[in-house]
Amino acid sequence: MSIVRALKCRECGQEYAIEPNHVCEFCFGPLEIVYDYDQLEGVFTRELVESRPHTMWRYKELLPLDGDPTVGVQNGFTPLIRARNLEKVLGVSELYIKNDSVCHPTLSFKDRVVSVALSKAVEFGFKTVACASTGNLAGSVAANAAAAGLESYVFIPHDLEQGKVLGAGIFGTSIVGIDGAYDDVNRLCSEVAGKYGWAFVNVNVRPFYAEGSKTYGYEIMEQLGWRAPKHVVVPMASGSLCTKIDKAIKEFIRLGLVEDQETAIYGAQATGCSPISQAVKQGSDLIKPVQADTIAKSLAIGNPADGYYASRVIRDSGGWAEDVSDEEVVDAIKLLAETEGIFTETAGGVTLGVTRKLIEQGRIPRDESIVVCITGNGLKTQEAVADAIARPRVIRPSIHDFDAMMAEERPAAAADA
Amino acid sequence: MKLRVYLTFHEDTVRQPIIWKLGKEFDVVTNIRTAEVKDHMGLVGLELDGDDDVIEAAIDWLKAQGVHVDPIEQNIIEG
Repeated sequence: MSIVRALKCRECGQEYAIEPNHVCEFCFGPLEIVYDYDQLEGVFTRELVESRPHTMWRYKELLPLDGDPTVGVQNGFTPLIRARNLEKVLGVSELYIKNDSVCHPTLSFKDRVVSVALSKAVEFGFKTVACASTGNLAGSVAANAAAAGLESYVFIPHDLEQGKVLGAGIFGTSIVGIDGAYDDVNRLCSEVAGKYGWAFVNVNVRPFYAEGSKTYGYEIMEQLGWRAPKHVVVPMASGSLCTKIDKAIKEFIRLGLVEDQETAIYGAQATGCSPISQAVKQGSDLIKPVQADTIAKSLAIGNPADGYYASRVIRDSGGWAEDVSDEEVVDAIKLLAETEGIFTETAGGVTLGVTRKLIEQGRIPRDESIVVCITGNGLKTQEAVADAIARPRVIRPSIHDFDAMMAEERPAAAADA
Repeated sequence: MKLRVYLTFHEDTVRQPIIWKLGKEFDVVTNIRTAEVKDHMGLVGLELDGDDDVIEAAIDWLKAQGVHVDPIEQNIIEG
């Protein structure tokens, strides 16, 4: 059952039919999916959701497909971890990690949005899908398109690291490297999306793509025992995830699935690319474009399309935004790994680093539930932490050498042996 | 062709009549569809209609004036 009503302009409210379309013809505002929630009254229940397989599609009535998904059918439903070791370090009483570093199949939350975008692209009749990316999105589009039998094109900057090219190329996608400044690459992709009859996931099917992020929010609430958290800390690139987690919470409240906890949403950026956090901190509505310079490449969007909407969600919810240096990002990646056994990419370091900062500032209280959104896997950005990891000590294959090393490094353990 | 762009004006350009000058310098039809202007910056959604090469030259001229020019989608390249 589809309860999708229309595409609606976020600025002027003009409504459009459900088609591959993303910009309002009147005012150039972004289009968003709107639903007729009344149709789900008494139908979409906790029991119905719990009876379904553990995938992101257990909430399918709240996603913009006409039928069942055809792409990424197994994706989503990642672990929500009670982070007791991290609670002690940070001095808080109830902390959770929503761990999309293990999202199927390409180890980032992009598999959620891509699954919805490509399933909708198939419904629209597209045979070819595309994206422009410097990392996670490229891999996710390539992998999910391969599994669905769709042709795919991935646009990347020509000097992208070989590891990231491999992460998309292995799936047989057509990779196009573009030699040019970021702004020019961006504009070319816009023109390609307008000229070729492809589903460009974050252009002409962007409204559908973005809705996939809501499943991250739904899962948090279900896994908390059908409860909305008091505080959620979200990484911000375009700012879309902030707005969609907020939308997910409001939808569950609207449908009577959770009580309103007045959840505060907090946005996290790296200081080297922090247009949204700067706007929030300065109390400005306008997002000032910046040139990105940070190791957190997956968040390095200098002119974020949803920045205005993210900053509004943050302010209206009673949250805040902060940013952290590259050194703080590396420290936070190590902290999460050493306390909870989770290796996150740089974006996760940003989110945990900002969480720590907001707790220390007193903006997030220490005695209320906090969810930290970890959205990608550290194996993809190993270069960021390579210099921060202790080199192994090399010894000869001799018990004497080992005893000597232990006596030096762990005298108590050596004495007990 | 028709090209839809977002122009961002910074503190040093926000008070200048740059879109008027654009219309004088180039044979393009300019159509403002949305705008928000404050003391320190301004954002304008603009449609440009004209020959391809004239549009290209107009965009280069805007950049040379210190105006930030983005496609209507703003950021397409994601992480």
